[in-house]
Amino acid sequence: MKRRSFLKGTVTSSMLGVAASAGLLTPQSVLAAWPKAAFDAKTVDGGMEAALGSSSASESGDIKIKAPDIAENGAVVPITISTNMPDVDAIAVFIEKNPVPIACSYDLGATTKGFISCRVKMGKTSDLIAVVRSGGKLYSAKKMVKVTIGGCGG
Amino acid sequence: MAKKKIRIRAKLKGDVTEVKALMSHPMETGLRKNKKTGEKIPAHFIKEVTCEHKGNQVIVANWGVAISKNPYLAFRFTGAAKGDTIKVSWNDNKGESASAEATIK
Repeated sequence: MKRRSFLKGTVTSSMLGVAASAGLLTPQSVLAAWPKAAFDAKTVDGGMEAALGSSSASESGDIKIKAPDIAENGAVVPITISTNMPDVDAIAVFIEKNPVPIACSYDLGATTKGFISCRVKMGKTSDLIAVVRSGGKLYSAKKMVKVTIGGCGG
Repeated sequence: MAKKKIRIRAKLKGDVTEVKALMSHPMETGLRKNKKTGEKIPAHFIKEVTCEHKGNQVIVANWGVAISKNPYLAFRFTGAAKGDTIKVSWNDNKGESASAEATIK
């Protein structure tokens, strides 16, 4: 039983990967295919619209962003987004002043908690915007991160 | 191509499993230049990371070039038991991919 479900999982994920990398699928046609339009967008609103289906997010105090106030090395900025909201099915992170504002977006399964930790690159001092989709609505939180590459100030 | 390694730690605490994964990948943005030749280094980054538990997709990460070199990802989910297998796989913009499995402790 275990083996069967495992095999099934392997086939679907590898097929998805092949199809996506060959460019056979448009982003909208398959659940969880890489949202190319979101990563082509040059603005936070454009990226949010493409990744999460809307660009209107209401600010919420229930989203916690853990990131350094001052990042000495913009190439590696550890961030953690967490929320206790129910039914969170997507989390996205935007960095306002980056050439590509959307840093990452996550599709969460039904059993997955509203918790994400990863490391991002930041070109310069910028607002970090975390957007959470809960129950079909978007909520956002902001945090300013100062970047001081090579000690030149930010 | 460098070694395509994924290190995974999965730990059960109460009813929540915390998974931490560390992948080896250059994550080139496509904006950097080779200092000697002045030529642009082509973009090379992980686009999608999938994590599965018993055939269910627990999380799908869509990444852009803003993710740091040798990416790290941590997340939490419920419904797993000790000894279950968790699988993490990624594919990048050059069509390369890798996957690894770990046992939940």
